[in-house]
Parts: sequence; structure tokens; C-alpha cells
Amino acid sequence: MRKPRKDKAGIMLAAPMGLWVTLFFAVPLLIIVTYSFLKKGLYGGVEWEPSFDAYRQVLDPDFIAVTLRTLWTSILATLTCLALALPTAYAIARSRHQTLFLFLTIIPFWTSSLIRIYAWINLLSTEGLVNNILLALGIIKEPLHLIYNLFAVILVLVYMYLPFAILPLFTAFDRFDFTLVDAARDLGSSKLGALVRIMLPSVRSGITTALVFTAIPVFGAYTVPLLVGGMGSTMVGNIIVDQVQKTRNWPLASAFSVILTLVSLIGVLTVLRGGRKDKKSKEVRT
Amino acid sequence: MQGKGSAISIQHITKSFGSFKALDDVSLDIAPGEFFSLLGPSGCGKTTLLRIIAGFEEPDQGEVLFDGTSVLRLPPEKRPCNMVFQNFALFPHLSVRGNIAFPLKRKGLGKEEREERVDELIRFVELTGHDNKKPGQLSGGQKQRVAIARALACEPDVLLLDEPLSALDAKLRQSLLVELDEIHDKVGITFIYVTHDQGEALSVSDHMAIFNEGRLLQAGTPYEIYESPSTLFTASFIGEGNIFPCTALSSRWDEEDDEWIITVDVPALGRTLEVTDWGPVEDGRRLYFSIRPEKVRIVAGDVDLGPGCFHGIVDEPVYAGYQSKFYVKTDEGATIRVLKSHTTYLEEGPGIEWKDRVSVIWRPADGYLVKEEWHEET
Ligand SMILES: Nc1ncnc2c1ncn2[C@@H]1O[C@H](COP(=O)(O)OP(=O)(O)OP(=O)(O)O)[C@@H](O)[C@H]1O
Ligand SMILES: [Mg+2]
Repeated sequence: MRKPRKDKAGIMLAAPMGLWVTLFFAVPLLIIVTYSFLKKGLYGGVEWEPSFDAYRQVLDPDFIAVTLRTLWTSILATLTCLALALPTAYAIARSRHQTLFLFLTIIPFWTSSLIRIYAWINLLSTEGLVNNILLALGIIKEPLHLIYNLFAVILVLVYMYLPFAILPLFTAFDRFDFTLVDAARDLGSSKLGALVRIMLPSVRSGITTALVFTAIPVFGAYTVPLLVGGMGSTMVGNIIVDQVQKTRNWPLASAFSVILTLVSLIGVLTVLRGGRKDKKSKEVRT
Repeated sequence: MQGKGSAISIQHITKSFGSFKALDDVSLDIAPGEFFSLLGPSGCGKTTLLRIIAGFEEPDQGEVLFDGTSVLRLPPEKRPCNMVFQNFALFPHLSVRGNIAFPLKRKGLGKEEREERVDELIRFVELTGHDNKKPGQLSGGQKQRVAIARALACEPDVLLLDEPLSALDAKLRQSLLVELDEIHDKVGITFIYVTHDQGEALSVSDHMAIFNEGRLLQAGTPYEIYESPSTLFTASFIGEGNIFPCTALSSRWDEEDDEWIITVDVPALGRTLEVTDWGPVEDGRRLYFSIRPEKVRIVAGDVDLGPGCFHGIVDEPVYAGYQSKFYVKTDEGATIRVLKSHTTYLEEGPGIEWKDRVSVIWRPADGYLVKEEWHEET
């Protein structure tokens, strides 16, 4: 008599969550997927007529070039984030002033991302702070082209998403028992060996989370390439915005969104699987 | 699996953390192959000393010699000692096999040889059948065995053990301590065992050292430490004592028993007493007189038990199963603690209860003097 009632309560309790996911996640996704298989309307919108036009357009060499660039930019930015976040998170976890450093890490979130991007424009532009200082010091004669190129896009992307890599890594390092490193050294590991063989596997889940947290937003970025990128550094995000606002090809925008989502999904699943598989293979090996 | 065991000499080790002196001029000599315990209250610097020997911490001053050779310049991985950590420090992502194989891999042993050695160690610590479990799936005692097997894998000359049993419950602690003693006998290497449990230290050590506040107070055999503590701290830290300030009045040589008999005035007991010692004590010297509770004989009623007998009433009896403890308030106003074992064949007279009148006495040879000076305010 009791069990069914309990089950009912469970469903009732889960209902808001289910409703939330359906409304704000499943429905929009479904709309996008549907749109990508329809014909484009004359002034935006769609004609309700099934078609693969959008996906055919995606295969245009120019678009493929942008997609590949997006991939490679994202990988570069994500790996740079990780490379910077690993030692930073380690240092914060070992520091006596943890709270202060964590606080500093999240301070940027208090300001709109747009304002922060404009700050970077001020820093990097031809008459920007960096160039002015370098000129004044006589290190350079001509202003450097620091902005409106791929370099600027990657730099600002790394800046924007670094905290997303630091925080999960910090949690992993903070939970890590550092006497294990002592133990490894006692048992014959060098300092570096101990870090790689013992600490790295223990913080693997943190690394996975950091990868996912940075790769996904970086991959879908559009404000950063729009504001600090040039012609040669547009990303898929920019194509989508253009197709929605300027060219008014909604099915094409949808098709790109679907591709973006799919690639992200595949990426995330690979990273997650990789982490798990590694654990298993180790179990067998030792 | 017989190793050789190193002699360890610790010379004038001093270590400060900021302005805090964790170790203050500590010197110790440990013979090859012995079971040596470092005993002291929490925070006295035991772990710090062990970490200096292992190489995780650098002393500000002093030397650590293994068989006469300094190891201070060697990194931890190069020192011929291995450590069993307080919280086991097993690698969570490796299985029991993986943990034990870890040091062997670092040493570069071939796969076959390595597997063989791991099997041998697993049998040695009786973990057969648990090979592929992860540390998270093991009980506390099993974890401890893995930690010991892992530390012994590379046949170190010295095994450092930092309170290896403190994370286990009392019963398990007892049986693992016995096992540890057996392992020590089998492998024959030097064990340096850190503990704050005096029972553990007294029962298994060949020699032990007492620490307090970063200083080495006394080193010796468990018998020496227990029977003739040299400082007030040792006397009160090890076992229980009835400790009273006293003043030496005179010393005389006793031909017959080949010992010195010191007459001391003990104001707290309202008496002068005789106590034996290894040598004479300067007349008028201020020191402490102590008698262990278990060495005091207690008898119900006002009975004359001979010279040095005290009479009084039982202030507070504490029953503890195999023994009872009595706080006896003497007619002179002192409190003497008495331990009485409940062995039936020794039972004399009627049982002793609260507020009963009793007589207590001890042999002069059982009392001892602690040669630390007292001051008026103590
Ligand atoms: N890295 C460090 N930095 C600052 N102080 C330290 C450090 N390591 C130890 N200490 C201090 O040195 C003193 C001795 O520490 P240690 O760990 O050696 O004590 P212990 O005798 O092992 O105590 P316990 O029985 O509680 O383990 C303590 O007061 C401790 O706070
Ligand atoms: Mg300690």
C-alpha cells in the first residue's frame, strides 16, 4: 500500500524538473532540428516543406573552412586554458590564502562579458595600452597588430573561460591527499614522476570537467570572434548569427546549430568515455 | 626475506617552523635491526623527526646517519628507508597488486620478477584473494597490511611507521601490533615506530624514546623507562604514579642488597621514607619520590604491615574488570592511588569498599626517585 504512494510522490517531485527540461531544452532543440530540414522563407522564417537544402549549403567549401577553423581554434583555446589552469589550480589548492585566490578567480563574473571584451579591445588595439607602452619604451617602432586576428580571438577566449577550467581543477586538487605524493616519492618516484603517476590520475575527473566546461562555450563562441576577430577568424557562431539576422536563412542557421550541438556532444562523450576507459585499462594492467 | 637493517644515528637535529621549534637538539642512536619506538604526546615532533629521516623535511641543523653515512643530501626516493603512513596513503586508483607493485616498477624490476615478488608479499601479509581490490574496498586492517607490504617491497634497511595503528579500533590494534612484531622478527630490519600509545611502545620495543615539546627526554629499554623514569614528565606520562616532591636527607650503602638506600623527607605524606637507588643522592637535594599504584599493597582494616605502613580510608574505588583502583586518603591527608589485580589466589581478607579503613604499604625497593628539581610553587 505504501510503495505506490511513494512512487507517486517521486514523480510529483520530479515533475518540475521534467517540465523545465522539456520546456527550455527539448522543445527549442526540436524546433531547431525541424527547421534545419525545412525550406527557407523569403524574408526569414521557414516554408513548411521538407528539404535537405540547408545541409547541402553547409558543405560549401567556405563554410567547411570556417567549421574546421572553429574546431581548431576551440581545441587550441581549450588546451591553453587547461595548461594555464592546471598549475594555477594546483597553486591555489596548496596556498594558505585559498579563499582570497578563489575570490579573485570569480571576480570577472561580476562584470558583463561584453564590457570585458571591450576592455581587451582597448588593451590590444593599434592605439591601445599595450602598443602605447611598447612604443613609449622604444621596444617597437610600429604598432603591433594585436587585434582583429586569430591570436586575439584565442587570447580573449582563454581569458573568458579560464575560470571555468580553474574551478573544477581546484576542487580536484583540494580533495587530493598530498601525502600520496610523499608516499610515491618514498617508494622511489621522482618528484615529477609522483605528480604524473599519482596526482594526475586522482584529478582526472577534474580535468574532464574542466575540458567540458571550457570546450563547449568556446566552441559556440560568437561575441569574441565578432568583436576582436577579423575576416580570417570568424567561427560557426558568427555564421549562425549572420544567417539569422542578415541573410535570413533560418534553415541554414539551424543546420549549423545542429552540427555545433552534435560535435559538442560527440566531443563530450569521447572525453567522458576516455576518462572511464582509462580507469578500466589501468585496473586490468596492474 | 631477511634484510640487514641499518644503524641510525640522529645527531643534534633542530627543526623550526617559523618561530616554532618543532625539534630541539635531538640526538638518538638506534642499533641495527631493533624495534625502536618514539613516544610522546600529540604535537611533540614525532612525525617531524620521522619525516626528516625519510627526507620529506630538511632539518635546520644536525645530521642523520645511516650506518655512519649522512643521508641528508639524498632525496626521499634515494634513501634506504620506507614509510608506513598514518592514514595508510594507499594510491586510490591502483589495486592492491598495483600498490605493492608500484615501488618495484620504479626500481625497474622486470615483469616476471615483479609479479613473483608481489605474490610473495601478498602471501606474506596474508592478503591472498584480495589482489585486485581497490583500497576503497578494503577494511582498515587490510589497508594497513597493504601499506606494510608496499613499504617492504623494495627490502628497505629501515621501516618507518607513523602511528600505523591509530586509525584502527582497539581490538584490531592489539592483533596487528603482534603481527607487526612478528614481521619485524621475520624481516630483521630496523623499525622506527611512532606512537602516542605507551602500551604499544612498552610491549613491542627493544628501545624507546620519550619526547615532549620537541625535546628528547629519555631513551632506554621499556623496563628502564617504566621503572626509572629520569624526568617528571616521563614519570607521569608513562603509566600511573604517585609522585610527591621530596628532599634527600641521607644516603647509605647497603652491603647486603648491593644498593644505596636514600632517606627522603616527603612533606605531602608527612613522613620520611626509605627508597633505593643506583647511587647516593646529595643531602638536601630537592627531587621527587614516586611509587607505582600497582606496587602498593592494600589490606582492609587497620593492620600494622610493618615500617612504612600508612592507614587511611578509601575515598573512591574504581572497578575496572580485571583490576580495581582505589584512591586512599591517608590519615596524614595525602592521596595514594592503589591498583589491585583481581586474581583470586592473591585475595587477602575481605573485599574493600567505599569509606572502608585500609592499610597500605610498599617495599622501599619499589619506590624510585625522579631526579628533577622542584620549586616552591609546584
Ligand atoms: N609544515 C609545518 N608547518 C608548520 N608547523 C608544523 C608543520 N609540521 C608540523 N608542524 C608543527 O610542529 C609540531 C610537531 O608536529 P608533529 O606532526 O611532528 O607532531 P606529532 O608528534 O607527530 O603529533 P601527533 O601525535 O599529533 O601526530 C606541531 O606543533 C605542528 O603544529
Ligand atoms: Mg604525527
